Amino acid sequence: MPKITFTLNGQKEALNTRLDLRLLDLLRTHYHLTGSKEGCGEGECGACSVFINGKLINSCLVPLGSINGADIMTIEGYKHTERFKVLQKAFIKEGGSQCGICTPGMMMASEYLLAHNPNPTEHDIRHGLSGNLCRCTGYNMIIKAIKRAAKEGKGLW
Amino acid sequence: MKKDITTTIDNVEAKEKIEGSAKYTSDIHIEGAYYAKPIRSSLAKGLIKSIKIPSLPKDYFVVDESDIPGENVVAMIDDDWPVFAANRVEYIGQPIMLIVGPDKAKVYSLCQNVKITYAEETPTLDFGQPEKTLKFHKGDIKKAFKEADEIIEYDYETNYQEQAYIEPQGFIGYPENNGVHLIGSIQCPYYVKNAVKRTMAFDDDQVRIKQAFVGGAFGGKEEFPSLMACQLAVAIDKIQQPIKMIYEREEDMVVTTKRHPAKIKMQAAVNRDHKVTAIKSEVALDGGAHIGLSEVVLSRSMLAVSNAYTIDNLDVKGHVYKTNTVPNGAFRGFGAPQMIFAIEMFIHHIAKKRGLDPYQFRMKHLVKQGDKTATSGIYRDPIIMRDMIKKATEMSDYHEKVKRYNQKGSFKGIGMSWFLHGCGFTGSGEKDIIKAKVRLKKDSDDQVYILVAAVDMGQGAKTTLRKVVAQVLDIDIEHVIFDNPDTLYVPDSGPTVASRTMMIVGGLLARAAQKLKNQWLKSQEQTVEEIYEQPSYVKWDQKTMHGDAYPAYSWGVNVVEVEIDKVTYEVNVKHMWSVYDLGKAIDENIVLGQADGGQAQGIGYGMLEVMQHKDGRIQQRNMTDYIIPTAADMAKTKNIIMDNPYPLGPYGAKGVGELTLVGGAPAVALAIEMAINRPLRKIPVTPEVIMEAITDA
Ligand code: FES
Ligand code: FES
Repeated sequence: MPKITFTLNGQKEALNTRLDLRLLDLLRTHYHLTGSKEGCGEGECGACSVFINGKLINSCLVPLGSINGADIMTIEGYKHTERFKVLQKAFIKEGGSQCGICTPGMMMASEYLLAHNPNPTEHDIRHGLSGNLCRCTGYNMIIKAIKRAAKEGKGLW
Repeated sequence: MKKDITTTIDNVEAKEKIEGSAKYTSDIHIEGAYYAKPIRSSLAKGLIKSIKIPSLPKDYFVVDESDIPGENVVAMIDDDWPVFAANRVEYIGQPIMLIVGPDKAKVYSLCQNVKITYAEETPTLDFGQPEKTLKFHKGDIKKAFKEADEIIEYDYETNYQEQAYIEPQGFIGYPENNGVHLIGSIQCPYYVKNAVKRTMAFDDDQVRIKQAFVGGAFGGKEEFPSLMACQLAVAIDKIQQPIKMIYEREEDMVVTTKRHPAKIKMQAAVNRDHKVTAIKSEVALDGGAHIGLSEVVLSRSMLAVSNAYTIDNLDVKGHVYKTNTVPNGAFRGFGAPQMIFAIEMFIHHIAKKRGLDPYQFRMKHLVKQGDKTATSGIYRDPIIMRDMIKKATEMSDYHEKVKRYNQKGSFKGIGMSWFLHGCGFTGSGEKDIIKAKVRLKKDSDDQVYILVAAVDMGQGAKTTLRKVVAQVLDIDIEHVIFDNPDTLYVPDSGPTVASRTMMIVGGLLARAAQKLKNQWLKSQEQTVEEIYEQPSYVKWDQKTMHGDAYPAYSWGVNVVEVEIDKVTYEVNVKHMWSVYDLGKAIDENIVLGQADGGQAQGIGYGMLEVMQHKDGRIQQRNMTDYIIPTAADMAKTKNIIMDNPYPLGPYGAKGVGELTLVGGAPAVALAIEMAINRPLRKIPVTPEVIMEAITDA
């Protein structure tokens, strides 16, 4: 089996693996990093969102063949950052998580949005999150949480 | 002074959910667990002639009907669901057997190579002979129709709705105590337990069911998980290995229960004073291939017939039809959304036909305290709808906008729905069927454990129930512990359905907490229990459907504003406003979250979410085909929560969860109706439906 190397949450990793397996499965079954969820398996829901080389990507669509040399961050890595803490607090205070299955993905999408637009308007947030489905919240409390995080985390993004 | 219970606290589960450490079923890892995958019927109706299974490597198994030690039935209200199809198949997707083995990819490839031949039969896809029929009446329908000034009649139609929880259904389990221990994404631990006992012919102590974190349910995980659990139990019992069965999205979407498509006939007698004196209504629900819970769904639908209006004479009939399609079942609102759509549109359509202002016309029929319900029970508690409607119209500028938008070619509209939702089980269900029991246990460190079967599936039950117990005991919420229900420890407090968790289970917990407080002995172990008792004034006759169908009702008003693209007919939701009377909010943020989420589902049902079958085959197979609202589709909401405590609810609380969904569809449909100035009689109102309405006129 071919060998691939990559960085996962700051750690160097090397694996012999089939290249057609999905990154999401590698994360969940091999590394037991189950914060990335499978909601649809086809790139529609965003529950499996991770960062690959700083880009927000649905890991259910990524074959391992494409991650050689990549820098990957999952919610388990992101949660140690200052930005995460601000976002987490804002999500708690605004009630942005109900069943929670979409939430780790929402955190990744929120991070990506704020990193590119530290002062988003309501419209920016709605469109920035439109790749992440949530069936519980109707999104308003998530949007409020991001606004709050942008304010309370001023200077972080 | 104690804090007002409504004051928001941090959701007790939020932290671990946000950081991704909360364990949902598929996140649970058991070393060496096998995988199971169902083989399903590819035919809507027929006899199984032959099944050819590829040769199975060591440690791979087929599990089917012949392995069932007990009855091949999933215990529900109607016991017509087989665990595995035996000789015949009745819908596309019906499970016939499982393939089980250690390697998931291998299991999947074996599944591909199973060949089944059938003797095909003609499937029933239309409504023929009803399988179930219910009826009730109120007053003197004949007289009212005889004396009518005008009889007005329209038909309404609703289609499937898929729960589309983001976490697909799943279980993991292993052999334990000569039986099985199953962990799953479920709403009703005891429904699952009772079903498994029957299929396996197991004793009580051989079945243990535990809830994992649930990634959304909305009724979809009420009865369906029992089917999966029974199958998995058979497999675990046969193979004696831990086994995992997690649906993929497509499988979940195509084979799990959905909201019943409905056809509703409405006929009204109107007198010279423009008063609706009587309504005749006939509801037809498509139950799919198995009846399951359909009869109860039907009764909820029928009971909503006069919604928030008082109509003195009613004649209501309902039928469930069996078709060779995927079985339908529970979905937030449970039959009410179909009827509330129909009656809200109908009352407008009557007003328009009579050339009257719909708002005034509805006002004239609005329910008051002391009026008789549809089933001749009594609305006992104060009703504050007038005040709520006033608030809703003021904050949305409703009357002004109606004037402005009610013009040809405005392509803007505003719609308002009024509605109620009965809290708890229908009729005498709580008393006769559920008999809820709750327990509080205090250890020698004075930590209090909540022992109930209620599930937190995102609606915040963990937070709100802990809050109630802590507040009654006047102790810090940190000292109240509420783990995910495990049937080994918790009594049967009933299923997590019917907006009953706070009012019924929370009410019992508040009483238990009071009892514990009265007997409190520091540093000593203590246990208290409470069992549900029906308020003595609630009288219900199930046979005639007469009396008080519910002990209490929650109320709501939704207003939705839309703008429609003149070229594409795309509907843009501009704003939503709501006012709710749910007695008392136990946690403001949690109730507001229910309000936003329920409305999004209601509006999705009204204008966006299309699901259809073709010759019995569900056409929408994934989240690309089945569109649910995204952040960009939804608009700002403003919700007002009223304070109107219900004397028998904990701190005055009634039900919340379903109430927030049931008014969404008519509100958005009425807004679209105004925008295009054409009557609408079916949902979802998609751009195609709008185009049709405009071209037809
Ligand atoms: S699971 Fe990857 S986008 Fe839904
Ligand atoms: S919180 Fe349940 S899907 Fe978003």
